[in-house]
Amino acid sequence: MRLPPRFVNTLVALLLDLVALGTVGILVVIVCVIVVKGIAYIDLNFLFTYPEDMGRHGGVFPSLIGTIFLVALSICFATPLGLGTAIYLTEYTKETMMTKTIRFGVESLAGIPSILYGLFGFIFFVIKLKMGWSLISGALTLTIMILPTIIRTSEEAIKAVPRSLRIVSHSLGATLWETTLKVVLPCAAPGILTGIMLSIGRAVGETAAVIFTMGSSLRLPTSLFDSGRTLAVHFYILAREGISMEKAYATALVLVVSILAVNILAYYIMHKVIAKYS
Amino acid sequence: MPKNRAVLIDQIIKQTMRICAFSSLFFLFLIFLFILIEGLPLFYRVGVGNIIAGFKWAPTKGAFGIFPMIVSSFLVTIGALILGAPLGLACAVYLAEYAGKKKKLFLKPALELLAGIPSVVYGFLGVIYIVPLIRTYCGGSGFSLLAAAIVLGVMILPTVISISYDALMSVPRTYREGSLAMGATKWQTTYRVVIPAASSGILASFILGMGRAIGETMAVIMVAGNALRIPGSILDPLRTLTSNIALELAYASGDHRLGLFSTGVVLLIIIMILNYLANFVIRQKVIK
Amino acid sequence: MDIKIQIRQLSVSYNGTPALRSITLDIYKNCITGFMGPAGSGKSTLITLINRMIDFEEGVRYDGEIRIDGINVLDPAVDVVALRRRIGMVFAVPLPLPRSIFDNIAYGPRLKGITNMTDLYAIVEDSLKKAFLFDEVKDRLMTSAMKLSGGQQQRLCLARTLALQPDIILLDEPCSGLDPISTAKIEEALSELKKDYTIILVSNNTKQIARTSDYAAFFYMGELIEFGETPRIFTNPSQKKTEDYIQGKFG
Repeated sequence: MRLPPRFVNTLVALLLDLVALGTVGILVVIVCVIVVKGIAYIDLNFLFTYPEDMGRHGGVFPSLIGTIFLVALSICFATPLGLGTAIYLTEYTKETMMTKTIRFGVESLAGIPSILYGLFGFIFFVIKLKMGWSLISGALTLTIMILPTIIRTSEEAIKAVPRSLRIVSHSLGATLWETTLKVVLPCAAPGILTGIMLSIGRAVGETAAVIFTMGSSLRLPTSLFDSGRTLAVHFYILAREGISMEKAYATALVLVVSILAVNILAYYIMHKVIAKYS
Repeated sequence: MPKNRAVLIDQIIKQTMRICAFSSLFFLFLIFLFILIEGLPLFYRVGVGNIIAGFKWAPTKGAFGIFPMIVSSFLVTIGALILGAPLGLACAVYLAEYAGKKKKLFLKPALELLAGIPSVVYGFLGVIYIVPLIRTYCGGSGFSLLAAAIVLGVMILPTVISISYDALMSVPRTYREGSLAMGATKWQTTYRVVIPAASSGILASFILGMGRAIGETMAVIMVAGNALRIPGSILDPLRTLTSNIALELAYASGDHRLGLFSTGVVLLIIIMILNYLANFVIRQKVIK
Repeated sequence: MDIKIQIRQLSVSYNGTPALRSITLDIYKNCITGFMGPAGSGKSTLITLINRMIDFEEGVRYDGEIRIDGINVLDPAVDVVALRRRIGMVFAVPLPLPRSIFDNIAYGPRLKGITNMTDLYAIVEDSLKKAFLFDEVKDRLMTSAMKLSGGQQQRLCLARTLALQPDIILLDEPCSGLDPISTAKIEEALSELKKDYTIILVSNNTKQIARTSDYAAFFYMGELIEFGETPRIFTNPSQKKTEDYIQGKFG
């Protein structure tokens, strides 16, 4: 028997509605579980005291600082490089074989899984360049990993700046660089910022690439060549080795809330920009 | 007329930007170079067949067979795809065709936020909730192919959704209007016109989802059980290529470490093939 | 009367399609020269060659000469940035930069390296006055230029051009989107400005050319059909095509 098309149509619409809501439900459940379970074990002391007994007791202060240092460093390295690439691709060249090759390189970097970044960072920065398990090895590895995100979002943002503004600037006797610096980049700034925010989120949550390059020392890193344990790595070790479920939940809460906050801020900025242009 | 200072600065900047642009290619080259330098010698010494088709992984005793891991990697990936691809596609169709403007404004970022949750958190929740569920209702230890596939199925959703969504949105509106004008219902239009027109992009989203699943490490380690053999059923534990590297790299040395880089080489090749395939599938559309 | 710009045997093509064919023309100093002609006649192309903005178009080939004060600006060795600082340009659509009124006008002077606020303010005030805009905006120089009306925006663009202290001003159909009152203000400003500048006004509007220009050139399909003093062109054109165009029989 063939069902009447109108009935099928309504049924499908209803089903899709449920599927979409269910999928968002996954996110809601994940966040709720982490928040509800974690909130009981978290307080300011947890954030600002040192861990004791491998993290069974005490807080995550060194990991918090280590994460901030690591992410800040990799963003500082990756932003100029990524922005420079995006500017070069959009403003300084036409589409040629060379730009296609560069884009291919960026796409390929984006597709490489984080464990291979870990493997590369380990052999190249840690072993060959003798930087050891350190903040700097981790930061350089993450720099390469987040570079594609920054390049792609910056490129999109720069492309969205109307051509007419560039033309006006040139007609007033600006060089290409003056036009880029004074007209294009200010207009593209919110979009570029979105890319940086998304990269921060990715870097904060990264484990596989960090654990083999920055190591997992529980001490507070005080120099570029000190090892350290980021929140994500700390969480992984707590959970995997069954050290403390309470501390694991509390650490997960810090991780998830900070990443969600950064991501939501990023989407908010993007939304503002889209609203402005349309 | 002599060139002025601003023009000179412009030239210097251009060269600087060019160097930035080439850095990505340079890094890609470095990654390949160092993984290959470390990973290839063992293929020469032990033989490609003994590694890729070898069943026994005992790196301290000179056995570097990773065949079970290759199979396992593909099994979890296929499992993830079976769960994640239809769900992801359904969400993308809903977003592109059915959702109202207001719902979309909230749903799309919410679904993208799934990508922001760190993989260790997925793994952790897998261990806490999914593994015990499987243990209770299906038997076994719970650390299994099934658990890994479920966790990965969720993790590939954002990739599948966002790329499928873009593909659906790029179908011209006239296609839809033409079909609706002929009296087709919305679902008939979506099913017979829009989805076929976006099929190459949807396929690409599945392939990239595969790439994401096969490359995922931490979540899989936590829920898959990491046993060194080909799983006989979906309730058996398994170890993927990525898990193998992450589990042993911290303490491996000598040939053992080289063996892990050989695992990395195989993984790198698989990933590159998948990326190339996705690109190829998307480009097919453009030519047509 | 001094000749400011000499155009000699100038031909331009886009991707092999000719846009201008062997144009020879003199532009006089301290005059308004009007370029008129239907769409696609090449009049806009010609002015984008004078300040080399044509470099931003793809697939353009040109040969011939444009000499400004004797120097051929089509020479590849010419410093185009310095050239554009000497030649102002106002576009068909008002294109303020997304920043304040003051910053819009100070954009050019700042590029030249003027950073002293007193000097900048003097330039901004002077330029706004010359464009007949100062009185309307003097209390809100720091507000966004995007908030001005279309006519005000176009006068802002004119003022921004004047702030470069150029010797030539090119206007590419500057009043095409404006109301009659705004148009009148711009025309008024232009007739004052010609004392100090050489002005080229491109327009589809023959009446505007007749009202404002001293010399007029009529272009059709990439060719210069006729050139002469404006009253003569409008009262006694030597070419049938010119007469038809002025009478509105085509275009």
